[in-house]
Amino acid sequence: MEFIDYYKILGLEKNASQEDIKKAYRKLARQYHPDLNPNDKEAHQKFQRINEANEVLSDPEKRKKYDQYGENWKHADEFEKARQSRKSSGAPGGQSQYGESFSSEDFSSGDFSDFFNSMFGGGGFGDSGGRSRQPKFRGQDYNAEMQLTLKEASVTHQSTFTVNDKNIRITIPAGIADGQTIKLKGHGAAGVNGGPVGDLYITFHIKEDPLFKRLGDDLYVTAELDLYTAVLGGEKIVDTFDGKVKLKINPGTQNGTKTRLKGKGFPVYKKDGAAGDLIITWNVKLPVNLTEKQKELFKELAQLSS
Amino acid sequence: MPVNNDLILRDECCIHYNIEVSFLDRLHEYGLIEMISFEEKQFIHTGQLGELEKFIRLHRDLEINVEGIEVVSNLLDRMKRMQQEINELRNTLYLYRDADEL
Repeated sequence: MEFIDYYKILGLEKNASQEDIKKAYRKLARQYHPDLNPNDKEAHQKFQRINEANEVLSDPEKRKKYDQYGENWKHADEFEKARQSRKSSGAPGGQSQYGESFSSEDFSSGDFSDFFNSMFGGGGFGDSGGRSRQPKFRGQDYNAEMQLTLKEASVTHQSTFTVNDKNIRITIPAGIADGQTIKLKGHGAAGVNGGPVGDLYITFHIKEDPLFKRLGDDLYVTAELDLYTAVLGGEKIVDTFDGKVKLKINPGTQNGTKTRLKGKGFPVYKKDGAAGDLIITWNVKLPVNLTEKQKELFKELAQLSS
Repeated sequence: MPVNNDLILRDECCIHYNIEVSFLDRLHEYGLIEMISFEEKQFIHTGQLGELEKFIRLHRDLEINVEGIEVVSNLLDRMKRMQQEINELRNTLYLYRDADEL
């Protein structure tokens, strides 16, 4: 593998100070930053190298190892350990990095095979070794959509769904709104080069209910009222979201009159026990197919009223 | 609460990208990012997230302030337009060259 001269990349001498490194990095990063050089692969590669050089040289410990071991600075500790182990077992050598013949089974670190490949003629660092020095990128965020009925959205419940072949079980809090998005941290795509995992965003779509209309936390429903109860008053049983309720109807209730039932509406998102109101609009139904007797009585009523 | 699926609450956006609200507000102030007000809350359209991420990178990687980002953004736009013009001119030249060859 070709030796990478980090000092040369940053245009520095070996005795450069930390301040010199910082200045050189900033200057070159401004020149080759991918956002400033769109569609320029060469600039992109140069930026990666500059980053890599800065990562090593700006850290005094890494720099020391790099100065001592060159391109194999990352494995300096392991190399030292291996060399000591060879010495203590009476094996010859320890001076030359490339002349010894260790077995990769001697080590447990994941990077070791790369180390051995590069150190002992196994075909160079390869992708894995190079990748470990590249900048880390956060994994992609995923977006998913979920449909709920109004009834389902009114109760806290658990739901399992599959995103990219992965089953995810979530708790959907009561009162979630149509179009609302919730974030599941760490359920997106895996990061690049050990970068953090992306997130999953789930957007909820709530289907329209045939009976109830939701506006914020309030629910609206239309209930039919027969003419006689509307005129004379009485009682009427109506459906609410959590069962039936008996309501007192005042005499002379007009068509379109609204009755508000406090706390009988939709649950408030993440507020236990809190709910909006239920607004009932009365739709007074006029009697049809009247009998002769009924017609006579209505006529009588009309005459009395006029 | 977003009015549609394409809007993200400004504060959520700041948490997600780990940026100061003031940074986002300044990008908005300089006309680099559009924000939508709804029920006294500020939202960002998801279509702008790519640009926002670019501004964050420029700010973090290169320590460029918002004024600098505005200059960079304008120059990049100009560069993009010029590149497009070059491509169009190049295509026209190819057209003439191909016709000559025929």
